[in-house]
Amino acid sequence: MSWHRKHLLDIESLTADEIVTVLDTARGFKAVGERAIKKVPALRGKTVVNLFVEPSTRTRISFELAEQRLSADVINFSAEASSLKKGETLKDTAKNLEALNADFIVMRHSASGAPHFLSRVLGAHVINAGDGAHEHPTQALLDAFTIREHKEKFAGLNVTILGDILYSRVARSNIWALTKLGARVTLCGPSTLVPKTFEQMGCRVTYDVEEAIREADIIHLLRIQHERQRKTMFPSIGEYTQLYGLNKARLAKTKPDALIMHPGPINRGVEIDSEIADCKRSLILEQVTNGLAIRMAVLFLLNGGKGPQEAAGN
Amino acid sequence: MPDSTVILDATAIQRALTRIAHEIAERNEHSAEVAMVGIPTGGDHLAARLAKILAGIWNHPVPAGVLDVNMHRDDLDQRAAPTIHPTEIPFDVTGKTIVLVDDVLFSGRTTRAAMDALNDFGRPKKIQLAVLIDRGHRELPIKADFVGKNVPTALDEKISLLLTESGAAQDEAILKKK
Repeated sequence: MSWHRKHLLDIESLTADEIVTVLDTARGFKAVGERAIKKVPALRGKTVVNLFVEPSTRTRISFELAEQRLSADVINFSAEASSLKKGETLKDTAKNLEALNADFIVMRHSASGAPHFLSRVLGAHVINAGDGAHEHPTQALLDAFTIREHKEKFAGLNVTILGDILYSRVARSNIWALTKLGARVTLCGPSTLVPKTFEQMGCRVTYDVEEAIREADIIHLLRIQHERQRKTMFPSIGEYTQLYGLNKARLAKTKPDALIMHPGPINRGVEIDSEIADCKRSLILEQVTNGLAIRMAVLFLLNGGKGPQEAAGN
Repeated sequence: MPDSTVILDATAIQRALTRIAHEIAERNEHSAEVAMVGIPTGGDHLAARLAKILAGIWNHPVPAGVLDVNMHRDDLDQRAAPTIHPTEIPFDVTGKTIVLVDDVLFSGRTTRAAMDALNDFGRPKKIQLAVLIDRGHRELPIKADFVGKNVPTALDEKISLLLTESGAAQDEAILKKK
């Protein structure tokens, strides 16, 4: 158990021990969500600003509910209705939010490194809720938490991430988290979206989908991020589905206890067959439930001060 | 090496728990309403032990639960975030007499947090407090109903309770100078 960080900006800079600390802490917060009274006073009196410069629904709702369940005061700030549209710089927007005594800023931004920049110019705690194609740390933490609930250990576990890796911050954060925890990560997808350079992050790259999922314990599907692609990276959606989509025939050739994950939103009939998304081996909705617990745990851990972990005296 | 003194050995801990159990039995005539809730780390194991002794006195099982109080502490931004332990209260607390069990009573802030946390699970009829060691220095108007041993301490001292349930070779309460 160790946590002395002020911000959560990425997974790359975390140690395996720190990742496990978040997962252990989240276990307690998941139990809070199962009680009649789902709220605890841990962040009472603290103000959290959700600064979503890039639109998001599920992550913002998950953070917002996590903040409310910790009794924090919550302000939502979205790009469409903001001064950023009127020409204000990100730094000025953030400084204005800090002048309102915000204690936490949860930020999503289309530019990689934007939360890192904020953490250098502000006194508040900064949480990265997704920055460009760089990282989405809470997603990787909730994915690791979900895997740990089903598989005994990460060491030796085969995780295959299938789809648009190049434009995916979820993939990058997951690769960092899973390799730090000892899992073996395989990446697969169209070669234009899965460059060999990813091997430098400590994972295996293959373009043969059947080979990629044959020995997998976890099959992690990613959505094709049309919004991030400047040009067409593969001929057609139909061809993608045919070559890389997870269908019944492909699933039949995997290990019987292989589980399926997806960060959402899912595109039924594209990267995943509709029936598979709803089958028992799909953890997609568990990921959503666990996301809440992970975000509560992250806020709780960051809120800790500089003092010793143990209470004074005992 | 810091000075350390054994203030309770295994026999003394056992004797103190037996006495506390008899005091709990004497105080509560409706034994079916009584349940133990221990605060980790330490109090959870003591609550289980007390429940076992009480079951022998009353000739019926006595429920025991574990309550993590760290989400309800009042010093969360003044210290590194505490470890969250699993809370398990496998019974309805509403209408029950809950005996909160802690290893060491010091400032009283843990007890206050525990009473708040317990309220999230229902409305007990009564809450009583049992502690193995009361070391003084209260910062809140809180007093234990059942005390194993009063140990006058200095603020810079620390009491550790080692229990076999947590992997110790033998039960022992130790007072250390920091």
